[in-house]
Amino acid sequence: MQDLDLTPLWLTLELAAVTTVILLLLGTPLAWWLARTRSRLKTPIEAVIALPLVLPPTVLGFYLLIGLGPDGIVGGPWRAMTGGALAVTFPGLVIGSVLYSLPFVVQPLQNTFETIGNPLLEAAATLRAGPLDRFFTVVLPLARGGFITGATLGFAHTVGEFGVVLMIGGNVPGKTQVISIAIYDHVEALEYAQAHLLSAGLLAFSFVVLFLVYTLNRRWRPALGR
Amino acid sequence: MLAAGIALGAPAAAAHDGEVNVAVAANFLSTSRALARRFMADHQARVLISSGSTGKLYAQIRHGAPYDLFLAADVRRPRKLEQAGLIVRDSRFTYAVGRLVLWSRDPRQVDTDGRNLKHGRIARLAIANPKTAPYGAAARTALQRLGLWSRYRQDLVRGENVGQTFQFAVTGNVDAAFVALSQISDPHHPQGGSRWIVPERLYPRIEQQAVLLKNAAANPAAADFANFLHSAAARAIIERYGYGVPALRDRQAQRRQPTP
Repeated sequence: MQDLDLTPLWLTLELAAVTTVILLLLGTPLAWWLARTRSRLKTPIEAVIALPLVLPPTVLGFYLLIGLGPDGIVGGPWRAMTGGALAVTFPGLVIGSVLYSLPFVVQPLQNTFETIGNPLLEAAATLRAGPLDRFFTVVLPLARGGFITGATLGFAHTVGEFGVVLMIGGNVPGKTQVISIAIYDHVEALEYAQAHLLSAGLLAFSFVVLFLVYTLNRRWRPALGR
Repeated sequence: MLAAGIALGAPAAAAHDGEVNVAVAANFLSTSRALARRFMADHQARVLISSGSTGKLYAQIRHGAPYDLFLAADVRRPRKLEQAGLIVRDSRFTYAVGRLVLWSRDPRQVDTDGRNLKHGRIARLAIANPKTAPYGAAARTALQRLGLWSRYRQDLVRGENVGQTFQFAVTGNVDAAFVALSQISDPHHPQGGSRWIVPERLYPRIEQQAVLLKNAAANPAAADFANFLHSAAARAIIERYGYGVPALRDRQAQRRQPTP
C-alpha cells in the first residue's frame, strides 16, 4: 500500500475551523436580527439563507467560479487589492464554505434566540443593563445550546462539503485538496486502501459529532428557559 | 396512469435496439458529439455520450457500468480492459492521436515557444489530474522534461479531467492550462487567447484507443458506430477537431497484433 497522506485531513479541519469562526461572527448578529425584527425583509432574507439547503452544489459552484474569477464581482476587487486570484485558493474555499454552511449556523441560533422571551430582556433592562450588556450577560448564556449546535453543524457540514470544492477547489495538495476530494481522487485512481481509511475515519468523525450534538442538545434544553 | 406508462414505455423500448452508450474521455467530448451527429444522420440509432476522465470511466467500467463503447485518451486502460476479458475480442483500435497545448485566454500570457512557462512567469497553472487523466500525465511529463516540475508542482491546480482544467482557464481562474488541442479547436467554439503547441518530443505520444465492451456483443449499432470511426467521414471530423488520425496501414497492423 502507498503511504496515506494526512495533509487533506489537517487542511479540512483548518477550513472547517476558519469557516465556523467566520460563521459565528456573521451568523450571530444576523440570527439575532432575524429573531427580533418585524421587518418585511425578514422572510426574503430567511429564504436566501436557506437556499444552500435546496440548491445543488453545482449552482453555487458555478456562480462562485464566475464570481470569484478575475472578472467577478468578488474576484475582481480582490485581484485589484491583492494581485492574486481567489477561486482555486484557500480563501476562495472559505468564502464558498461560509455561503454553503450559513443555514446550518443561522437557523439553530435564530431558533434559540426566538425562545428567549422579551420579559427576561425587559427585566434586565429595568436593572439598567444596556443592549450589549443584555446580549452578553443574558442572551449568550441562555443560548449556549444554540451556539454549540450551530457551531458543530457548521463545522461538520464544512467537513462534509464536496460538490462546491470539487468545482472551485482545483485539488491543490495542501491548499485546496480537502478530505472529500482526496477520497474521490483515491477512488478514481482505484486506490481503495487509502479511500477506505479516509472514508472510515470521516464516518466515525461524523457519527461522533452528531452524537455529541444530540447529547448536548438534550442536556441544555432546560437552559433555554422553557 | 397505466396508459401513460405504456405510452412512455413503448418508444423507449423501440429505441433501445438502436442505442449506443459511449463513454468518452473528456478531451474528446465535443468531437464525439460531432461524430454522433454525423453517424445518426444515416443510421437508425441513438448515440448517448457520457464523459469524464479516462481513469474515472475505466473504474466505472471495471464495476460494470453499462457502456457499449469506450473512447479512452490512452492505450493503457483499453489494454487493461482487454486483459481483464471485458471487451469484445480484437476490438481495440486507435481512433485518434492527441496533441497537448498550453493555452491562456490572455493573448499575452503564452508565447509561441513557451518562454513564459520556462521562465516561471505563469503564476497559476492548471493541468488535468495526472493520476486519472492522460492529458494530465502528458502535461506532467512535459514539465518534467523541461525541468520545470519542481518549480510548478507546489501550486499546480489540478482539474478533475481535462474538461474541468480547460474551464478553469476559460473563466480566468488560472493564468494558463495544459489542455488538448481539440478543446481550443472546436469549430463551434473557437478560442482566442494565446497558445503554445507543446513539441511532441516533450511527452509520450497520446494515442487514444477505443474498445467495444462486452455489453456491445449483442448490440449491432455499437459495432456500426465503432466501424464508422474508421470511415473517411469520421476521420475528417476527428482531424478537423485538432487530432492526428492513425494511418490506415497502422490500424490494420495493430488489429492483427496478438493480445499481450
